[in-house]
Amino acid sequence: MFSKMLKIASVTSLTSLAAVGTACAVDLEFYFPVAVGGAAATTIEKLTADYVAANPGVNIEAIYAGSYSDAGVKALTAARGGKPPQLSVLLSTQMFTLIDEDVIVPFDDFVSAEEQESWINGFYPSFMENSQTGGKTYGIPFQRSTPVLYWNKEAFAEAGLNRDVAPANWDEMVEFGKKLTKKDASGNVTQWGVRIPSAGFPYWLFQGLSTPAGAILANSDGNKTNFNDPKVVEALEYLVDLSTKHGVMQPGSIEWGPTPKAFFERETAMMWTTTGNLANVRKNAPFDFGVAMLPAKERRGAPTGGGNFYLFKDSTDEQKDAAVDFVQWITSPEQAAVWSIATGYVAPRPDAWDTDEMKAYAADFPPALVARDQLEFAVAELSTYENGKVTQAFNDALASAIAGEKSAQEALDQAQATADRILKPYR
Amino acid sequence: MRNSARYQWIYAWMLLSPAMIFLITFTHYPAVQTVVSSFFSTARGRRKSIFIGWDNYTTLMADEVFWKVLVNNFWYAVWTIPLSIILSLAMALWVNEKLRGRGFLRMAYFTPTVLPLIAVANIWLFFYTPGFGLIDQIRGLLSYPEQNWMGSPDTALYSMIAVAIWKEAGFFMIFYLAALQTIPPSLREAAAIEGAGKFYYFRRVAFPLLMPTTLFVSVNAVINSFRLVDHIFVMTEGGPNNASSLLLFYIYEVAFDYWDTAYAATLTVIMLTILTTVAIGQFFFLDKKVHYK
Amino acid sequence: MTQTTSTAPQSVSKRKPFDFDRSLNTFAAWCLAILWLMPLLYAVWTAFHPSEFETRFSLFAPLTLQNFLQAWNEAPFARYFLNTVILVTGIVSAQFLLCTLAAYAFARFTFPGRNLLFTLVLLQLLVMPDILIVQNYQTMRSFGLIDTIAAIGLPYIASGFGIFLLRQTFMTVPKELDEAARVEGCSFLGVLWRVYIPLAKPTYLAYGLVSVSHHWNNFVWPLIVTNSVETRPLTVGLSIFAVTDSGIQWSVINAATLMTSGPLLIAFLLFQRQFVQSFIRAGIK
Repeated sequence: MFSKMLKIASVTSLTSLAAVGTACAVDLEFYFPVAVGGAAATTIEKLTADYVAANPGVNIEAIYAGSYSDAGVKALTAARGGKPPQLSVLLSTQMFTLIDEDVIVPFDDFVSAEEQESWINGFYPSFMENSQTGGKTYGIPFQRSTPVLYWNKEAFAEAGLNRDVAPANWDEMVEFGKKLTKKDASGNVTQWGVRIPSAGFPYWLFQGLSTPAGAILANSDGNKTNFNDPKVVEALEYLVDLSTKHGVMQPGSIEWGPTPKAFFERETAMMWTTTGNLANVRKNAPFDFGVAMLPAKERRGAPTGGGNFYLFKDSTDEQKDAAVDFVQWITSPEQAAVWSIATGYVAPRPDAWDTDEMKAYAADFPPALVARDQLEFAVAELSTYENGKVTQAFNDALASAIAGEKSAQEALDQAQATADRILKPYR
Repeated sequence: MRNSARYQWIYAWMLLSPAMIFLITFTHYPAVQTVVSSFFSTARGRRKSIFIGWDNYTTLMADEVFWKVLVNNFWYAVWTIPLSIILSLAMALWVNEKLRGRGFLRMAYFTPTVLPLIAVANIWLFFYTPGFGLIDQIRGLLSYPEQNWMGSPDTALYSMIAVAIWKEAGFFMIFYLAALQTIPPSLREAAAIEGAGKFYYFRRVAFPLLMPTTLFVSVNAVINSFRLVDHIFVMTEGGPNNASSLLLFYIYEVAFDYWDTAYAATLTVIMLTILTTVAIGQFFFLDKKVHYK
Repeated sequence: MTQTTSTAPQSVSKRKPFDFDRSLNTFAAWCLAILWLMPLLYAVWTAFHPSEFETRFSLFAPLTLQNFLQAWNEAPFARYFLNTVILVTGIVSAQFLLCTLAAYAFARFTFPGRNLLFTLVLLQLLVMPDILIVQNYQTMRSFGLIDTIAAIGLPYIASGFGIFLLRQTFMTVPKELDEAARVEGCSFLGVLWRVYIPLAKPTYLAYGLVSVSHHWNNFVWPLIVTNSVETRPLTVGLSIFAVTDSGIQWSVINAATLMTSGPLLIAFLLFQRQFVQSFIRAGIK
């Protein structure tokens, strides 16, 4: 205990020393992905510049590294090559992979007990599920999101539904969906009831079904999955039935990219997608729309998503201290508010929502609050050791059930067997 | 005489050395390294990479995804190679004739070469999008139902094949066009005087003369059938359920998504073996038949 | 545009049956051309219209340059374009130099190990640098070249394909020309410069075209090895510009694509005559 305090004291004094002498300025490299268009990159660069201006002892080079997967590839490739950035925003689901590769260190060693309480414990608990394991904090939530349901109020009114009420549970979604699905004279569908994108990374939105069904896909140690839990099977059967039995959703895998466009074009009356789309929909939807929590089954539920800050191992202590200081600053309520308003990401701390800026924003645009309120019911995004392989096995199972190649049970049994084989060495 | 022979070979080695240095550094050395690492496990953090013999190859034999991807790549090659060659030849023949708007035709065929596939893939994505995508809009006019081209395992791979052919054919056309224009017009006149039909002329005169170009183009087409995967990154990411995944894309996925570099190396070795077999065959054929007179 | 004389006999003789065949061919050629142009047409359509018209094709859609402005402001495309130009010129000139020297050695000299070395060169036709990304990244790192334009190009500059093509061409150069030049007192390099290279011009052109098109479009390796605006080529710039959670914005992406591919497309349009002509003149096969 005492030695830790001593360490912290020495570390803090070192930091202040570094801050005093510009001669020994600390250089930091910081990779960030952007998944919501041009404004986000500009905002991060501006925030970084503000910080550097206020802290002359630190130079931060913010490197825009492309999409999440591009940034992940870059950071790990660089770390394996021995030249990692000191800091990076990467998918929260990469935590176990990064630990396994031994390239990141927990934040705990670089914050005081007081900061631990005020800072690390100040984030929404559902965001921390993907950020902590084994009692250590490896990730600091930053660009986080959660999926929500968007609906076209005009289409609801046309179908004789209450334009201001979204489906609250699974049965209602089917029932509404049937009313909303429109066909032309030759029997071809011109408007679908709902669209849940399933190509690319189907597991994420699928968690918006499996969580309400009452299943948790993986344990918090990241070494065991529950892919063939009966509740997961039930959720997958429901998803498949939306197309095959109820005919309210486009059959086959549905692409992520054209989803907002499909909504704008009235190709679908409801869509499931990330809160990161709020700004886009607000700007481009040619009709009145609503935003709601995902419908409930046994309970409400949704995954969280998006990126965390990670601290890379291969750097000096001064660099790590400076990096932690920067992360503390950029996740502080004022900056988090700026960031959230500019991008539509969910501000990750309750105190950020208490700032005047956020209050004004929420008053002006109430749908922004839906995501925050859903956090109470949200769970961790699927993440395990060997995350790429395990998730892919699960994705393949979902895809083959959607394509009708296998039954939900069969596909999920196989995915579970694959995951068991992959995760065995980690138990 | 002896001296001059020695002088000559030293000279030759000097001419060769810059190219050889680069070849060895960036091709042979990494290739050998790849084979070596396929016999080791992937290093993960504290766990060092250890020698595991044929384990990676045993995994590979049991890897369903690998077999699926291999079959996909086979069909990808089987369709893209001949179709892009035939289309490019047709394009060249048309452009070589005095057809109306020849300049326009040539430009149209050539555009895919200039547009980066990674960017155009987004456009193709729109074409294939069910419902409001271009293809479905046209089908809709004829009252056909929506078709989920990329989202159905039956059509996903063929959607990718079509994009690849579009990308390649116009490029190959240029080579055929140049070759066609070197055929002396007198040959055609002679054939016409002897009453030979157009098709006969093409089959018996033009086509044999185009043989070297065909081989040149087919080497390129073979290589491309393994290399051309950019659009898959944007359009399907190999899905659904690996229905449109190809070998190089799978290697990228294993190396940079699963971070299993040893297994990626094993897959690379397989790919190298296939390519070597195909190309050795092709080269012997090429060297025997053609000789670039 | 080519020999105008050659059409005379055809148009004089069988006129009627030829016409039907010809119009059928014209029709097919045009259909294919329009099919081939679709992506470009669509890119032009979306780039010049507001995003509501991405999926709707109406004659009265308003025109706008907003998409170009937005693309231009959101990403440094001018810089990406410059990077690609530097990259492609660098690669092609280095390839010409290295491959010429090596091909000359293989075509003109006999020396111990020639066949072995040539086999090693041919190997690169298959063992493309594109599939050795993981190893090559480590090599680049040990050279300290990560995130440089040089790193994108280096693995490609000694091209097996180029050496092979040029060797084949050089082997067709008549021995007498070579000897005559030697008798006149030319050094080996002099002979290469005066005799071989001029005769191989079309091969250079053909190979240059293959190479430019390959590197202009290359994506995976540059994606991995570059980190910054100063080094990223167009393909990488376009891809990170296009990838967003919030769906694809065709109008802006296509504006960016047009902006960056436009110059090359226009260059081809302007020079296509000369281009194909010089292919023909020396008979590239």
